[in-house]
Amino acid sequence: MIKNILALAAVTITFIACESKTQKLPIIGERDVVEKVVDGKTVVDTVYAAIPEFEFLNQDSTLISDKDFDNKIYVANFFFTHCPSICPTMQRNVLKAYQKYKGNAGVAFLSHSIDFKYDQPHILKSYATKLGVDNDQWQFVTGSKSAIYGISDKYLVFTKEDENVPGGYDHSGYLVLIDHNKYIRGVYDGTSEEETEKLMKDMDILLAEYK
Amino acid sequence: MTLLGLSQLASCQGNMDIKTAQYVVNGQKLYKTHCQNCHGAKGEGLGKLYPPLTDHNYLSKNREKLACIIKNGMSGEIEIHGEKYNQIMPANPTLNNVDVAYILTYITTTFGDADSTFTQEEVIKNLADCNK
Repeated sequence: MIKNILALAAVTITFIACESKTQKLPIIGERDVVEKVVDGKTVVDTVYAAIPEFEFLNQDSTLISDKDFDNKIYVANFFFTHCPSICPTMQRNVLKAYQKYKGNAGVAFLSHSIDFKYDQPHILKSYATKLGVDNDQWQFVTGSKSAIYGISDKYLVFTKEDENVPGGYDHSGYLVLIDHNKYIRGVYDGTSEEETEKLMKDMDILLAEYK
Repeated sequence: MTLLGLSQLASCQGNMDIKTAQYVVNGQKLYKTHCQNCHGAKGEGLGKLYPPLTDHNYLSKNREKLACIIKNGMSGEIEIHGEKYNQIMPANPTLNNVDVAYILTYITTTFGDADSTFTQEEVIKNLADCNK
């Protein structure tokens, strides 16, 4: 009897191990189903919403674009340097992930400032340095109001100028995980330690797709 | 029941009396809302942006300035654990005197080495002297 249970346990464990190996993250966001004609046959294809092309000024006053994130997975978020509410907690959590993947050329981080008035590149540079960011794996960018607020929609992150909230800008603290195709593969509450742990687990799962 | 809980808490924290333990409990709640974002759950700070609150020396030497810092914010360079920090800390004008006393009791006993209550009277006196 005990032998049987052990055997069953062994099988179950093997099964679980196989399952976790093939684990895959979903693609999040809007999708369109389109019909295409391939080799004379009509086939149905799903088109997923991807992060569009972008160009922003980074903490070194260099223009960076989506091309800089080609062949990388990256984590995007929205913040501002003198944000008194959720940002410090969120950036403290991103810092954990940055430290974990530091030196891994396949992983990057992209923080967009939503304070287009104050957060000029030199302010972002000083902030990044003091936070403990000392390589180009974590980019801090600024852009025009329409460009930053426009792209936050694509990342499914809410941002808004609002004089009634502390700091003057209202936004959600999501960390958004993007794959090589610029698809959203995960959305995590950056103010939660547990969700940040989940982000890091999911980053490993996503990285395994490109091994 | 609450009293029992508090007395147990008090006994866990060594020399602390029940009043101090009560201030610590209330202070922790307020700390989470008003301070923890920047200074961290363990008072560890964040990089060189926000200083830790664990420098016993700083806390005891500047004890009479702490209420002013919380209430009115702070700017200019300070040295904590031998590291320099220079970032503006926002004011917390909505906190009343007893709130400040709760928070400071929590900070000075949990992160610092104080073992007694930071009293409301102390806060009132310190706040009156902010600009001196």
